[in-house]
Amino acid sequence: MEGATLSLEGIRAGYGDFQALFDVGLKVSPGEAVGVVGPNGAGKTTLLRVISGMLRPKAGTARFGSTDIATTPAHMLPAMGIAHVPENRRLFPHLTVEENLKVGAYIPAARRRYAERLAYVFDMFPRLRERRHQLAGTMSGGEQQMCAIGRALMSSPRILLLDEPSAGLAPLVVAQVFALVQRIRAEGLTVLIVEQNVAQVLRVVDRAYVLDAGHVVAEGSSAALASDPKIRSAFLGGH
Amino acid sequence: MDPFLLEAIVNGILLGGVFALPVLGLNLVFGVVDVVWLCYAELVMVGMYCVWFLHTQAGWPLILAFAACLPVVAMLGLLLHLLVVKPLLGSPPITQVLATGGVLFILQGGAMLTFGTDFRSLGVEMPPMEVGEIFVSGTKLVAFVAALVSAAGLWAFLKFTYVGTAIRAIARDREVMPLMGVDPQRIYLVASAVGGGLAGLAACLLVVQLDVHPFIGLSFGPITFMICVMGGLGNMLGGFLAAFLMGVIISTGGFWWNTEMSYVVAFVFFIVVMFARPRGLFAR
Amino acid sequence: MIRAAIALLAVLAALPLFGLPEYFLHLGIATMLSAVACTGWAMMGRFGLVSFGHGAFIGIAAYTMALLWNYAGLTPWIGLPAGVALGMAAAALLAYPCFRLRVVGHYFALVTLAAGEIVRILIVALRNITGGSLGMTPRLSPDNALAAMQLGKHGFWWLAVAVWAFALLAWWWIDRSMSARALTAISEDEDAAASIGIRVTREKMMITLVSAGFAALGGALGAQYRLYLNPESLAGIGISLQIVFGALAGGMYSMLGPTVGAAFTIALEETLRVSFGTAFIGAAPLVYGVLLVLFILFLPRGIVGWFERKR
Repeated sequence: MEGATLSLEGIRAGYGDFQALFDVGLKVSPGEAVGVVGPNGAGKTTLLRVISGMLRPKAGTARFGSTDIATTPAHMLPAMGIAHVPENRRLFPHLTVEENLKVGAYIPAARRRYAERLAYVFDMFPRLRERRHQLAGTMSGGEQQMCAIGRALMSSPRILLLDEPSAGLAPLVVAQVFALVQRIRAEGLTVLIVEQNVAQVLRVVDRAYVLDAGHVVAEGSSAALASDPKIRSAFLGGH
Repeated sequence: MDPFLLEAIVNGILLGGVFALPVLGLNLVFGVVDVVWLCYAELVMVGMYCVWFLHTQAGWPLILAFAACLPVVAMLGLLLHLLVVKPLLGSPPITQVLATGGVLFILQGGAMLTFGTDFRSLGVEMPPMEVGEIFVSGTKLVAFVAALVSAAGLWAFLKFTYVGTAIRAIARDREVMPLMGVDPQRIYLVASAVGGGLAGLAACLLVVQLDVHPFIGLSFGPITFMICVMGGLGNMLGGFLAAFLMGVIISTGGFWWNTEMSYVVAFVFFIVVMFARPRGLFAR
Repeated sequence: MIRAAIALLAVLAALPLFGLPEYFLHLGIATMLSAVACTGWAMMGRFGLVSFGHGAFIGIAAYTMALLWNYAGLTPWIGLPAGVALGMAAAALLAYPCFRLRVVGHYFALVTLAAGEIVRILIVALRNITGGSLGMTPRLSPDNALAAMQLGKHGFWWLAVAVWAFALLAWWWIDRSMSARALTAISEDEDAAASIGIRVTREKMMITLVSAGFAALGGALGAQYRLYLNPESLAGIGISLQIVFGALAGGMYSMLGPTVGAAFTIALEETLRVSFGTAFIGAAPLVYGVLLVLFILFLPRGIVGWFERKR
């Protein structure tokens, strides 16, 4: 599938009276890998929720290709090519791995290519093939994260949104997950990844936005951000 | 073993098969939509009248009357969802349950107005079959087999289709479903229609065994809810097993005491089970 | 406020002295007794403790009272409190394990529904002494009407006013007690309530006992007033749902809500009975059901709740 540009302008969003995002702008071109980093509570998850339609913005425009995200019902967005791996993975623990992947292939376009997509995901994550009949809830955190990413890939997305893929995982597993992200983007898939693990994420993305208290406070190429003294002292500690 | 006790146990298992369909239907709707249809037994009652009317009054062949009953009750389930449940989806559970309780009165009153309070019989009876030392009612046996086949069909639907898999998924996490392109509202509609269809199926199996009257829902409605709760609300397999357990309890209770006492025993058993396992017999 | 309430009660108590037609007295008595049951139900219902089994407590109280009178000759003046006590004991027996084991929400509603059905079926099954589905009548005692609590319209009017005022007083008193605040906290979040030192089970038990007691009192007095008992109208799912409907229609969050709801249901039943009679049997439950659904859809806080919001 050909690429499409994700562009957000002047997004304001929040929950009830609480405003989490203030005039946030963001752009992801086809084939790019972009990171959004920032401390806990900066509004990173809220931003992804806006992009996948789970939260309606109060102001601003959000487009993906020719699709107006802000007015399209959330369940229509996967068919437009948006796949969101949510915070905490949100697998269906009482379904098997394969059934989780099957739900990921719910949209008609994906159903038609189910066997092909399943083979693709199993090739990418051989562990999932071994455990295809196991209940998802009984797997380790790293395996569950693979399953969640696999579920999102089942719909042949044009852009993959990853929310804290490293959260709660052991360092070795974190490295594996980031290696996978690199592999996915190497295949030409557009990736938008939200992370607290700034040092790691800057190694796999082309560009990144720094979000703090709902504002974009910095943006630039990974290399520029990684060498920015302010960013280094704020997020990278002594590394 | 005493052949009469054996007969009671066999009858209990057959009875369990009859309970199983409404239990599965209620559990399906509850698992997906998170609402208890208090009027479920009355949907079955409408289905029974539907078959009775088409067969004995309109002169349709029984098979056609059965075939018509399913979509009629499935449609009723859809209407119930769209008109009553959907507007209340954000309300406290009590108001949702009570609203379907109101529908219970509507269906009862509607049946009384339309058909009166007489007991209506389909007049179909198959000869009892002799199996070993005991006699088994042919109609009950056929109904039992049909119930098992339907339950297997439901299982296959939930296990092998995309929509069925989504139905099992949504019971655990409804908020995340749109991320996979699933519209929860549509899944609710499917569950309500299938839930209604199961009530229609149950109606077909019951109307050959029992006379239909406007209050027949009250005779098996409460026990159906209790079986659901005993198996764990929303737990299809638990409800299915509990249906047979309750069937045997009632049937053997009738063997030792009388029909009414057997229901008392069943209800007391239910309450004791609830105290022992507040989330149902088969809760993990 | 208090002065106005006393004045209102005085007026109510004096009404029969002005030669009101018997029919209006009858409606008034039926309304007030039904209001007692609905008010009782709402005492716990408004804290999210939804019972579909209050019919059980009514059935136990009413049949205890009537059986004691018919078979032991014990006056209902003692039999009624004894029956209410027994109903409350049944409530305790049912509710304590429920609350300890945290049977809540749908599960609690359906467990209580089972309890109501058990009492109904027991009454039917024990037909040798209860008369079964045909019902029973307390033995008439014209010579000793006062001792038999067979008081006629005037006497029952005063009794009903007193009991109704008692129920409202209890509501008023609960509202001002610490318990109301504790129960509100419990209904919002049981764990949080327990963590700040609220004795959750104890508070729930208290309100359940009071609630069951008033329902039993109102229902049993109603049976004594009509001098007729039957299992369908005193126990089981039918009466339990009717009580809930009354409370909900009037509004279960205000003191007078359940009373207004009871008046509404009685008025509705009378209108339906008068206009349809037995010509269109079934029209009454049909209209009743439609109104129930419409109320829930459009007036979720009930009639009184709606007026309160308008103000």
